[in-house]
Amino acid sequence: MSSYDGLPGDWELVVGLEVHVELATATKLFSGSPNRFGDEPNTNIDPVTLGLPGALPVLNEHAVELAMRIGLALNCTVQPSTFHRKNYFYPDMPKAYQVSQYDQPLNVDGYLDLPNGVRVGIERAHMEEDAGKSTHVGGSGGRVHGATASLIDLNRAGVPLVEIVSKPDIRSADDARACVGELRAILLAVGASDAKMEEGSMRVDANVSVHKPGTPFGTRCEIKNVNSVRSVGRAIEYEARRQIDLLESGDKVVQQTRHWDEGDGRTHTLRSKEDADDYRYFLEPDLVPLAPSAEWVERVRAALPMLPAARRARLSEATGQAADSEAVTSVVERGQDDYVLAVAAAGGNAARALVHVKEAFAEQGTSPQVPAADLAALSLLEVGGTLTATQAKAVLAEIVANGGGDAAAIASAKGFEAIDTSSLECFVDEAIAADPDAWQKFCNGDGKAMGALVGLVMKASKGKADGKTVTALLNQKKG
Amino acid sequence: MTADGTSTPSAAAVAAAVRSGATKAADVVEQHLAAIAAREPEIHAFNTVLAEQARERAAQIDASVAAGNDPGPLAGVTVALKDNMCTRGVPTTCSSKILDGWKPPYDATVVNMLRDAGAIIVGKTNLDEFAMGSSTENSAFGPTRNPHDTSRVPGGSSGGSAAAVAAGFSQIALGSDTGGSIRQPAALCGVVGVKPTYGYVSRYGLVAFASSLDQIGPFASSVEDAALMLDVIGGHDPHDSTSIPQRHPSLTEAIQQGVEGLRVGRITDLPEGADPDVQERLDAAFEALRAAGATIVDVQVPAFTFGLTAYYLIAPAEASSNLARYDGVRYGLRVDAADTNEMYGVTRAAGFGDEVKRRIMLGTYALSAGYYDAYYGKALKVRRLIHDDFERAYQQADVLLTPTSPSVAFKFGSKGDNPFAMYLCDTYTIPTNLAGHPGMSVPFGTGAEGLPVGVQVLAGTLQEPVMFRAAAALERALS
Repeated sequence: MSSYDGLPGDWELVVGLEVHVELATATKLFSGSPNRFGDEPNTNIDPVTLGLPGALPVLNEHAVELAMRIGLALNCTVQPSTFHRKNYFYPDMPKAYQVSQYDQPLNVDGYLDLPNGVRVGIERAHMEEDAGKSTHVGGSGGRVHGATASLIDLNRAGVPLVEIVSKPDIRSADDARACVGELRAILLAVGASDAKMEEGSMRVDANVSVHKPGTPFGTRCEIKNVNSVRSVGRAIEYEARRQIDLLESGDKVVQQTRHWDEGDGRTHTLRSKEDADDYRYFLEPDLVPLAPSAEWVERVRAALPMLPAARRARLSEATGQAADSEAVTSVVERGQDDYVLAVAAAGGNAARALVHVKEAFAEQGTSPQVPAADLAALSLLEVGGTLTATQAKAVLAEIVANGGGDAAAIASAKGFEAIDTSSLECFVDEAIAADPDAWQKFCNGDGKAMGALVGLVMKASKGKADGKTVTALLNQKKG
Repeated sequence: MTADGTSTPSAAAVAAAVRSGATKAADVVEQHLAAIAAREPEIHAFNTVLAEQARERAAQIDASVAAGNDPGPLAGVTVALKDNMCTRGVPTTCSSKILDGWKPPYDATVVNMLRDAGAIIVGKTNLDEFAMGSSTENSAFGPTRNPHDTSRVPGGSSGGSAAAVAAGFSQIALGSDTGGSIRQPAALCGVVGVKPTYGYVSRYGLVAFASSLDQIGPFASSVEDAALMLDVIGGHDPHDSTSIPQRHPSLTEAIQQGVEGLRVGRITDLPEGADPDVQERLDAAFEALRAAGATIVDVQVPAFTFGLTAYYLIAPAEASSNLARYDGVRYGLRVDAADTNEMYGVTRAAGFGDEVKRRIMLGTYALSAGYYDAYYGKALKVRRLIHDDFERAYQQADVLLTPTSPSVAFKFGSKGDNPFAMYLCDTYTIPTNLAGHPGMSVPFGTGAEGLPVGVQVLAGTLQEPVMFRAAAALERALS
């Protein structure tokens, strides 16, 4: 993944995230209709979802449990909470109000540690219901402006959401991306959501502002429609530069909601603060307060699986690789860290196992087909000097293709045998003799010339030589 | 006793006779349909008469009895439903143009309970639009007339239900009471009307006016019939989160007990304004209970007097949110316009009557940013005070007696264009709704022009048994 350039001058970026997560419940937040993505429009509906006169909400207990899992995984305090009505008219919101937690959210005061050690505060993680989905036809780009008709699908209306609100603790686009990635990993780990940004089951809004360190925070803009981890970074980077350009040319940043356009890579004004609705929040009289018992909270806490940060730390310790190294993060992300540990437990070398799993098991799931003992055996041949890294890779490819296999037998079938040092020295001497010109250049410090010499040794040894050892011998001879 | 002085058998007696096979449900239904045919054109109690459905249902019940089955405790009992309770496939209008053409796809919980108990629904009754009013003059379909004097209102908002029972159109009717909408019309029509404890009867399928105040309850010709009905429709409903999760004791049994030793409270700081004829009947009621063995005690409920003001902030606030769903998008009236926002405006302007619009405006204002604390927030504090004052009074008294309505039934148009004059009709009933307590009106003789006067019996949370005992004693004192 590419890293973003820093901001020009001494500007500092300040970002807070608001992440909406659809919970992986069987049914909706307040009714028994299925919570399922991709069904025929307006099939997962009932009087409550439709907001029919007389229909009343009944809180889905499983949704509460998943919301608590999220809160506890984010180190929040679970507290007695209430639901409010947020009143505004919109055609895909059947009751003309959204039931949401307002001044007493279920989860408060948590934090999230990024792989690089940065801690992002979590202000709250509250429950609310999703709205339906409008599709505008006949206009340009699916926007309501200029459309001739709007189609409404209420399958999503009433789907349980948790909105996670971070503190404005993020200082770079990379950290924002890492935060979204880590959040996603946690949501998947605790089974609270399938967290698919492209399907909208995880939606990220970013509050972006810039300032000079030591001065108060700048005016922020909220960026919506950020539909992938990659666009989180792009959108924030763009928005920060837009704000800096404004400020540096003497203009002001106007507080507004802006829409990220993936196509042109820019943010566009959606609405300014003056257009904001007065939501007339008040306590939802159709629901009773939600105060999970201490026993319930503890039961949920006790049942939480090991979280990604702990898994990375565990794998880091076992392999000696940094917790935020790409190998560790990607293997944990794929859920293959247990497998690496199983290879180590089978007597294998954890560090080599990590490299192989990272490189060769990307297509495999959390339980790779290859028996851990087979990979353990391979890693031992490697660290014992019997196989070079290149040879090991070739052997592993065959093991993977066959779903397992004896590394020693495959290596021998391939003619991979360790070359003793004296024969290797012979090959090196032959290479120097064969290309004295390259040798001379190598002695004068030309790196490219070394490649030519190593190549000759490899050719002569039919690939059995270990590149590192050859280089060491060449350097030794150079004196 | 009906308004024309004819005596009808009690619902309990009818049910017993139908269950035993002595009386045919079909005959019961024909008697009531005949009464409807005779006087409904003059009274206009109904928005919809369900003659054919009632006949079919009666035939089913008779067949069930003939087959040796028990159709239930309300077998063959005719019931009229206020037209704000959802009935599957039958228009449910709330006496509003905005619900034009809407037929609910589901039955309210009370409707299911009535069916399971063997009751026969004969029609849907007229009301003040969305239950907002005290005279049934605010119906989009024209007013209901008081069977005792057709130049006078039946009270409201459940005027159609009260009139239906008073005119002998049905033995029992259901109404809804948000600030007195069962008790006040019961008083004006000379029938028994009960507003149970908030949460005693399921609200699922009751079209909401003010969710934290609305409660369904019965109208009947006798305390016994009201008890029978409440025994059927009371109880927990998993579809209503605010319904009390417990079984209620039998009220039919409770009324067998007398009032010896009962402490009956007289509120010494009750707001003034009751007409002398009403006050006279209230005094007589205290005497009657004293004669029956009760003790009269003086109590104070200082915040009672603030009920009306608090109510006209809280109820409209909730209504403004509850009625926002009538936006022309999904069901009911839609007046086409150039864009969605304009469509909302013209649809709602055409669909709602003046009183509903007035309350939506009032409630929207009370909840608005900058006004919430001064209006809605303060009203909630007053509500708490009223509740606490009542609770203190119930330490000293088991029940309280007050007038139900300050006056007997008034003439059409006599409150003119003064909404506040109309609001004052509910001075004595409103505080009970704010407290969540039960209250009922019992006919207790006549006042000016020989028109019925009701006495209100109030009790603490879930104290329906003692409330019904006092009401039954008043009823016995008259006979």
